[in-house]
Amino acid sequence: MTKAEIVQALYSKVGGFSKKESADIVDLVFDMMKETLGRGEKIKISGFGNFVLRDKRQRPGRNPQTGDPIQISERRVLTFKASQILKLALNPKTAEELAAEAAAGVTATASE
Amino acid sequence: MTKSELIDALAARSNLTKARAELVVNCVFDAMTEALQRGEGIEIRGFGSFTVRPYKAYSGRNPRTGAPVPVPPKRLPFFKVGKDLKELVNNSRHLGAIKGGDDDDGDD
Repeated sequence: MTKAEIVQALYSKVGGFSKKESADIVDLVFDMMKETLGRGEKIKISGFGNFVLRDKRQRPGRNPQTGDPIQISERRVLTFKASQILKLALNPKTAEELAAEAAAGVTATASE
Repeated sequence: MTKSELIDALAARSNLTKARAELVVNCVFDAMTEALQRGEGIEIRGFGSFTVRPYKAYSGRNPRTGAPVPVPPKRLPFFKVGKDLKELVNNSRHLGAIKGGDDDDGDD
């Protein structure tokens, strides 16, 4: 999926926007997310996941090509943590799993 | 920034009402979720890309009791940060500490 397909989804599902408006709005959404992360602010999208920032200290590393030891400088990195809802959406439970859980008397256990 | 703050910010920066901005933001993340559900990757130039990675089954443990628990095979989304955004984020170090709270608040 590319941004063009997200634009298409917005155009056909929400309605009331021209294709140009749909494209501009999708650009704006991602631009605003970039600006937020670029200010050093994390983003939490409930039901989807969190865009988390972490400060990494300087640490020793190696050039994977040559094996030479090098210093990896301190840096701020971005990682994505998928929400439990998104994880479940990608892993629908089978009928057997649901039956097994019911039999074990388990109610809504987190997998972590 | 939370989803509702993103919605408010979108409404403020466009001529959309909050209600319309909410439909927009939900539509964007729903479309992305559906693509991932189909096993499809997502590529947003300048931002990053999402791929779906398969993980094999393994034997885990209940951290409380230590009892072995079989973990079934699963698919998880993986986000690779785009080059632009990676640099942007690293440069934000000079603006001070990370904002929006740490990530140990267990709210996800």
